[in-house]
Amino acid sequence: MDYPEKFDVIVIGGGHAGTEAASASARAGAKTLLLTQNVETIGQMSCNPAIGGIGKSHLVAEIDALDGIMAKATDQAGIHFKVLNASKGPAVRATRAQADRALYRNAVRFMLESQPGLQIFQQSVVDLIVERGAVTGVLTQMGLKFTAKTVVLTTGTFLGGKIHIGQEQHAGGRAGDAPSNALADRLRAMPFRVGRLKTGTPPRIDGKSVDFSCLDEQPGDEPRPVMSQLGTPDQHPRQMKCHITHTNEKTHQVIQDNLERSAMYSGAIEGVGPRYCPSIEDKIVRFADKSSHQVFIEPEGLSTHELYPNGISTSLPFDAQIKFVRTMEGFANAHITRPGYAIEYDYFDPRDLQYSLETKVIEGLFFAGQINGTTGYEEAGAQGLLAGLNAARKVAGEAPWEPRRDEAYLGVMVDDLINLGTTEPYRMFTSRAEFRLRLRQDNADQRLTQVGRDMGIVGDARFAHFEAKLSGLEVLKKTLTQVKLAAGEQLGAEIKLSKDSNALELLRRPQMTANAMQSLLIELKDIEVDLDQLAQVEIEIKYEGYIKRQDQEIAKIRRHEGMLIPDSLTYEHIDGLSNELRQKLTEHRPTSLARAARIPGMTPAALSLVMVHAKKSGGTKADQAFASQR
Amino acid sequence: MEHRDLIVAVATPPGQGGIGVVRISGKEAHTVGAKLAGRDLPHRMACYVTLMHEGQALDEGLAIAFGSPRSFTGEDVVELHCHGSPVVLQSVLDAACQLGARLARPGEFSERAFLNDKMDLAQAEAVADLISSASVLSARAALRSMQGVFSERVTSLGHDLEQTRILLEASIDFPEEEEDFLAAYDISSRVDQLTKSLNDLLAQSRQGQRFRDGCSVALIGAPNAGKSSLLNALTGEDAAIVTDIPGTTRDLLKVDMVIDGLPVKLVDTAGLRLTDDVVERKGVERAVAQTEQADVILLVLDLASTEALDVQQQNALRLVGIELIDDRIVTIVNKCDLQGGVEVIADELAGRTDALKNAVALSALTGEGMTTLKRCVSDSAGVGTEEVIFTARARHIEALNLVQGHLAEASQALVEGTTGEIIAEELRAAHLNLGEILGQVTADELLGKIFSQFCIGK
Repeated sequence: MDYPEKFDVIVIGGGHAGTEAASASARAGAKTLLLTQNVETIGQMSCNPAIGGIGKSHLVAEIDALDGIMAKATDQAGIHFKVLNASKGPAVRATRAQADRALYRNAVRFMLESQPGLQIFQQSVVDLIVERGAVTGVLTQMGLKFTAKTVVLTTGTFLGGKIHIGQEQHAGGRAGDAPSNALADRLRAMPFRVGRLKTGTPPRIDGKSVDFSCLDEQPGDEPRPVMSQLGTPDQHPRQMKCHITHTNEKTHQVIQDNLERSAMYSGAIEGVGPRYCPSIEDKIVRFADKSSHQVFIEPEGLSTHELYPNGISTSLPFDAQIKFVRTMEGFANAHITRPGYAIEYDYFDPRDLQYSLETKVIEGLFFAGQINGTTGYEEAGAQGLLAGLNAARKVAGEAPWEPRRDEAYLGVMVDDLINLGTTEPYRMFTSRAEFRLRLRQDNADQRLTQVGRDMGIVGDARFAHFEAKLSGLEVLKKTLTQVKLAAGEQLGAEIKLSKDSNALELLRRPQMTANAMQSLLIELKDIEVDLDQLAQVEIEIKYEGYIKRQDQEIAKIRRHEGMLIPDSLTYEHIDGLSNELRQKLTEHRPTSLARAARIPGMTPAALSLVMVHAKKSGGTKADQAFASQR
Repeated sequence: MEHRDLIVAVATPPGQGGIGVVRISGKEAHTVGAKLAGRDLPHRMACYVTLMHEGQALDEGLAIAFGSPRSFTGEDVVELHCHGSPVVLQSVLDAACQLGARLARPGEFSERAFLNDKMDLAQAEAVADLISSASVLSARAALRSMQGVFSERVTSLGHDLEQTRILLEASIDFPEEEEDFLAAYDISSRVDQLTKSLNDLLAQSRQGQRFRDGCSVALIGAPNAGKSSLLNALTGEDAAIVTDIPGTTRDLLKVDMVIDGLPVKLVDTAGLRLTDDVVERKGVERAVAQTEQADVILLVLDLASTEALDVQQQNALRLVGIELIDDRIVTIVNKCDLQGGVEVIADELAGRTDALKNAVALSALTGEGMTTLKRCVSDSAGVGTEEVIFTARARHIEALNLVQGHLAEASQALVEGTTGEIIAEELRAAHLNLGEILGQVTADELLGKIFSQFCIGK
């Protein structure tokens, strides 16, 4: 039957991409439907129970700056918070929280259910309805037909999902959940390039069977950080500790002895796994000289004893899992509650996507999350937000939002994906962002909240908070400039002024910190200022020189972005290009000079050639709709 | 009109000439021009000026400013008409660079003119060809001027810089690994080591900077084909204008000369044949190396030989490992005086359908056919030489200077105890500049190397 209501946007999948997509779409004013196989697993953390981390919390901060769900839910569910890279500079500082799975799910589900303009429906999707190259709706298992102008697909590892434990395999989207094979078959029949990726999970352990007395404790940080700009530590539930144990030579021996029974090493797995998150088998084979690896013991939540031993994901048979787990310190009597497994799944080559995350092949169809070859809740959530927002904007006849590499990690990720594709599950790292000094957690709102407000997805509460922050900073900077310091003044042990200055200038010096400045202001002028705001001003002024220096680089990239390379350009006949570059250009088919410039091994001379040939074959500068939007 | 960054180059052909024109184009062109000329420059008016930099007079000449868009490139342009000496022109280029310009890439002025719609589509092909041939010529010239050792050291510098960045980036992105990348691998001493090898490299390259490399022409052929007589014929006639640029290495095999205004380094090579003689084989090896680097290859065939011309041609090319279709080859049929004279042979050759169709008939002995040969050499070498050979090496040195600046900043930051992300930013900038020579290295490549070297990941 035809479902009686029509929708603007249908989001398929209730994971981290799907929930952000549905929420953003509804916030943008589109009439939105979220279709999920199971309402109970909305917001489920399928892998480790943690949100954030280096590069990842930057994405969470961006979702938050655009008033998305993830950071807010983390503050309601986080049971252990930590600042990473605390001793390093502010640009690479990150926040990570262990989250209680149940609390997290509840928080996400409640936010979605409270979202006006969003409906949730439990039903497995078996087909997309496509008419004249454009998607018009979806068909569900029980034959229900839903009509919509756009569809966002966020099916995670469920497309053609196959679970491996040792030599045993079965179809599954996640342990305990069925895969979406009907939909996978339908999509495979469409003209998308499809690949297989692999990821793994460790066996889960019953905490009652672990002897913590001999393990190193890892408490959370105090004062406790928060994930959302709007969050406060009093929102957090009771906090828990993590622990650390290690593998040892005995562990490695057991794994060695059983290696040929591992799904990964028996050749049963064709998908490519992430190099930065190797299975324990991989670690032992590839880094044979290391006699021990650390294992982080993460609590699954407040209402369970289950533990997630992070660092030993495996596809060994269950008997070998029991054996090797019990060799580790504190785990001699460990009881496994769920075996570890490797999962293989379909992903679609992200080079078939546009910047908006709409597919090039089928109009109105958007992809977000693991389906695009990424890994991680944060990567998925950020893409979901972008896809949901752009699906809604398309329905409203508005140009898509396409953040640039110098504006957001979200821009870096999408740009990397759609230009270079990926051969392993793509994860965010700060080193991927060449302009990371400006893409910080602390200024995510300054980069994005106004943009989000203009697009209608930032609510009043957040915007008021943002405006208050901006005006506070303004006032503080003015105050600092007005605190005049005379030449010859001795400030603390280290600083003696050689000429007249002011407090803002003083903050520029490497030796002067926000803390020191705060006490100095009280001592000298009896002025009390907010430490957080002062820290923000300090970051801005200390990075100022570097950020200005990057402006030229960014200007060049923008100019190159405006220079489009026509699809008709072929590289075989361009003299003066090395064979290697010719091959890479032919393979990547960059659509702008900026993208060509990011191909490994590219030289200025080769770029010149591409530019001249592009213009010759009809590429234009910045005068096409695409370029003017950017 | 779009203004790009400021570029400078010599716009006249390289080598000694009456006048040499230095062209500056970009946003600040008029400011830099005015600084050098010591006065404001009215648009489209030639001003007689003394070019000064840091209190030193560089030259006297004419300065003309063109306002955008009414200029060659469409941007603000200043042209400085100086005396034609390479030394003078170099000092003007250096001064412009110190005032904020960078040396233009091969064909970059034409490229800008084209991009700013100062040329029509019909001219586009020519611009593309210019850049393409200029890039090839430029690469060859740089290879030659830097010699094998130099380029090896630049590559090894690139490798060391990359390795340092790998450790630094790993310490930033993977702080929870047991490996303490910074302590274990001492970033500070690595940066010092990088600075040291870069300083050595720059000191060495500056020693040879006065040396101006012309177009390289290699003479190859079988023994007794008449290569040496040809060399004599070419230089004998031009002996009066053999260049006298100081620092030029000369030995029995190499002669600097000017052909049709083009500075040329003519290199005679050992006769090509398979031999068991160790010394002679060494000679042949060197001939092969010369041929590889040459901009023009003069392949001399002997009309008096018992071997057919096409067989001679194939044998010689096989010995030096060059394909017949290589467009650097100018084939010469020598000793025409013995077989009825140059005109007769030239007619015969023109009637052929193989690769000898375009061969030049001449007699090194009588001098007949030499004019045609010179035209062929300058045609073959002249394409794209503007702005090319002159600056190929200088641009590389400029890039290395920028790398040096960023390394110095990184050292300073390390001393001050600045946090890692700032050091990483300086090293990224250094790497970006080195990428001008070695090609860009992407973040993904760095990550790949981190994962292959270290056991990363929970």
